[in-house]
Amino acid sequence: MDPRRTARTVSDPKVRQVGFFTPAPPERSISDPPRFQDPIQPPSPSSTQVNDQSPSGNSLSPVMIPPAHHHSDNFLRTALQATSPPKAFSYSAKTVTIPPENEDVASLFSPGRKVVSAKSPSSFPGVKASSVPASELTTVSVVNLPPGISEKAGGASVEVQNDRPVSAKTLKEKTSKAERRALQEAQRAAKAAAKAEGTKASSAASKVVTSANTKPSKATKPSSQKNDGSQVAASEKKGDDRAPEKDRKKDAPHPRMQYDDKSRVEKAKKRAVVKQTEARNRVELFRHLPQYEHGTQLPDLETKFFELDPMHPAVYKVGLQYLSGDIRGGNARCIAMFQAFKEAIKDYSTPPEKTLIRDLTARISSYFLKNRIAKLPLALSESEAKSTLMLDIDRFINEKIILSEKVIVKHAVTKIRDGDVLLTYGASSVVEMILLHAHELGKHFRVVVVDSRPKLEGQLLLRRLVRKGLSCTYTHVNAVSCIMQDVTRVFLGASSVLSNGTVYSRVGTACVAMVAHAFCVPVLVCCEAYKFHERVQLDSICFNELGNPDAISKVQGREEINYLDGFVNQENLQLLNLM
Amino acid sequence: MDFQVVVLAGGNSKSLTPLVSKDVPKPLLPVANHPVLYYVLHQLEESNLKNLIVVVEGEDAGLLVGAWISGTFVDRLHVEIAAVPEDIGTAGALRAISHYLTAKDILAVSGDLVSDVSPGAVAATHRRHDAVVTATLCSVPISGSSELGSSGGKDKTKKPGRYNIIGLDPRKQFLVHIATGAEVEKDTRLQKHLLHAVGQMEIRSDLMDAHMYAFKRSVLQEVLDRKDTFQSLKQDVVPYLVQSQLKSQAVLSGIPQAEEDGNKKVSFPNNQVMVSQILANASTPSFHELYSMDPDGFAQTRKTHKCCAYIASSSSYCVRLNSIQAFMDINRDVTGEADHLLSDNVIGPSPKLGTKTTVGPHCMLGEGSEMGDKCQVKRSVIGRHCRIGSHVKVVNSVVMNHVTIGDGCIIQGSVICSNVQLQERVVLKDCQVGAGFVVTAGSEYKGESLARKEK
Repeated sequence: MDPRRTARTVSDPKVRQVGFFTPAPPERSISDPPRFQDPIQPPSPSSTQVNDQSPSGNSLSPVMIPPAHHHSDNFLRTALQATSPPKAFSYSAKTVTIPPENEDVASLFSPGRKVVSAKSPSSFPGVKASSVPASELTTVSVVNLPPGISEKAGGASVEVQNDRPVSAKTLKEKTSKAERRALQEAQRAAKAAAKAEGTKASSAASKVVTSANTKPSKATKPSSQKNDGSQVAASEKKGDDRAPEKDRKKDAPHPRMQYDDKSRVEKAKKRAVVKQTEARNRVELFRHLPQYEHGTQLPDLETKFFELDPMHPAVYKVGLQYLSGDIRGGNARCIAMFQAFKEAIKDYSTPPEKTLIRDLTARISSYFLKNRIAKLPLALSESEAKSTLMLDIDRFINEKIILSEKVIVKHAVTKIRDGDVLLTYGASSVVEMILLHAHELGKHFRVVVVDSRPKLEGQLLLRRLVRKGLSCTYTHVNAVSCIMQDVTRVFLGASSVLSNGTVYSRVGTACVAMVAHAFCVPVLVCCEAYKFHERVQLDSICFNELGNPDAISKVQGREEINYLDGFVNQENLQLLNLM
Repeated sequence: MDFQVVVLAGGNSKSLTPLVSKDVPKPLLPVANHPVLYYVLHQLEESNLKNLIVVVEGEDAGLLVGAWISGTFVDRLHVEIAAVPEDIGTAGALRAISHYLTAKDILAVSGDLVSDVSPGAVAATHRRHDAVVTATLCSVPISGSSELGSSGGKDKTKKPGRYNIIGLDPRKQFLVHIATGAEVEKDTRLQKHLLHAVGQMEIRSDLMDAHMYAFKRSVLQEVLDRKDTFQSLKQDVVPYLVQSQLKSQAVLSGIPQAEEDGNKKVSFPNNQVMVSQILANASTPSFHELYSMDPDGFAQTRKTHKCCAYIASSSSYCVRLNSIQAFMDINRDVTGEADHLLSDNVIGPSPKLGTKTTVGPHCMLGEGSEMGDKCQVKRSVIGRHCRIGSHVKVVNSVVMNHVTIGDGCIIQGSVICSNVQLQERVVLKDCQVGAGFVVTAGSEYKGESLARKEK
């Protein structure tokens, strides 16, 4: 992790334009960064200057906020204000910010509880801290940060990230470390494959940097996050966390295996629970990505049903559902995973001669949960500890997902005006809620659902919207340039927002965003803050997911279209199904 | 994994007389020198399922089976034997042991199943869909293999029109209709609302119910309690569950659970709804969910449950030993194409063969068997400690243990049970000879069933 972080700090804002990029006024990109700096490191004069110049700066009052770590309360308020004032300028793409709300929540629900407040922050701060320096070119701020915080941040963010993807982590009994790792690896692979999900849409694409619009949004996010982080720091004793955090960081797996590294692949294979057959014809450009013969993993995992005994059934079930694509969407997956963990914790009983803290950490490899477990006081009885953990999970779901969605919806709805034509791509749970909520408020607008083969997730969204009485238009992505003329606003969901501002979403999102840009239509990306990640990614090629190539050669409901049947084995044909 | 396995071993089977007797209950009927129950237990053991309940019909049979299991699987499996009265059917057997069932899901396997379908796969499918029942379907074996194994005309399988009709939804995940055997004779009824909900149904008659079911325990027990006339899982319970899947009254473990959850966190009732909604929206709704929703709203108004099907791949082997024909087929297959079912070696140690005796491929000779000169054995299974004289021809037959065959016998397509004595120059074609029977010298039989009269 460390090396990456440093690299990030080095990264220049200009780098953002690698990959798909839309011509953004250069001044902006430069101007943005300073804002970020400020909250963390208020003093640097040059940055403030820049800040003032920055066009979007007006919306971000938080800039002026004093160094975070110390005054959490002030921070909160300011942060809220900063984010809440909707800009008069319709162009601002906003990623709604959860963090302030979260803080609120934390304080509301658990006034006395250190643990709780600690937790929510801990997961976030990573994003903030790291994102700040990385995304917005201020190396300074990073350096100046109290070491404890920066460390923490890194660790924490990693955790968050890991929880989601690694998802199907398991409780195991008495397995060696290697085995555990194997499982983890396998699960991840499984998930990746299954993830039909859009989680990772084309990354480069995802750069929804639609000109000016996105930038403001980015700016808002980080700043708010920062607030969070600072609060956390303040509320929690830095000293306590530091040590464990560091350890954890070391544990954090490499973010992504490069699949063209043969020795590594071999090793990973040995550890894997799920047998994976590599596809034969792989597209050269994506050779470093895992691509497996489709359809071999699920049966294989299924037959192992009873052999993976130590795994809790609920966890196994979630893994299966991931693999088979029964659960789609980042939020749903995350919730499903945490609920499985909750089940697992509920059924857990500490084996004799072991302590819960040690034993359970070994079995659950969600970084978020490990963190929580590690922080449990030793004196806690088993049942208390379990209920605390379960509460933590509930709280995570409620604060990071549900509440953040509510906040996003609340804010985004203000951007919808009567007579608008809103376009959305794929099926994003947040966007759906926004649309439904706006409809409930009695706003009159029309929705264009843009979909793409082969998943056709938009159809499900469409069905639900139509049932609620919204007037919708449905089209596929190839018609997006025609339909864009009518559209007045584009709402997009995201799988992740990286620290350099890159938005990660289902493949095709970038096309939609860029077409919108070409037509001067504002694009709003809705992403919960728990999806923020410190990683920096410059294009969609370095990390992506490849789906089943057969899926693109078949047309749903038209079985007579089979021109590509059997072509999979042709030497000179490579099918690419980016997800 | 919170699964309990119940092996329904059965007891006496009328369709298998005279092979099955009091001394050799159906579970112990040797198939390629292993009792048929061995195949199921072996399969389960391979899948790491070590805690089993074996239900046997009849006290005596229970003792015999118990003795065999404890001898064979000692230290390998933890098996509990339950003896139930005869003729109460599979559903009755489950009802009888219902109070032993505690796990969340029950895997019920028929004891006469010889297959390599992984129980884990069935269980996984069951879990994945959170189904009430998951039935394992496999393609019907091509029983046209009559070139050889045309055994006795008394086979019930030979009755025309005995096949299954199975309706699947377009994605082949759910059972929409299932009708078996006798019911199908004239016409079969489909429910309109079911068809309407599914939209499209695929009717298959080339699938066979393998008698490996995964049930949700709460539902199974409720159905068994409420419908005490139900005798058979296959003919009563499963069709009932399939038919009522859109208006399930039973069931509904899903709904109370949700309520419990809601109560726990009174503080965020709203959030709970949102969570479930996010989850619901995340997956492609099955026709159950679509049906259960109001036409305009999200509220679930109708209760449904899911009946899943696990369709074994066509390459897997799956046959039930429920007829003499099947018995012959399985014997042939296990020694031949499906020999991976047996872990141990096919040829026992050091059978004594006379001069010029030939044993063809796909044969199995048990240990301690002796053969005289100039014998021919083709595609047959010969048990332990058999003594076979000279000039004997055994083709397409099954000879069990401790059989004595005199010189010059010719045996084709027959089953010779244990302790049978065939005197000289007996000619048997397509016969079944019950245990302990003595066939007098020089007699010829064709297509008959020979057994000692029960005293």
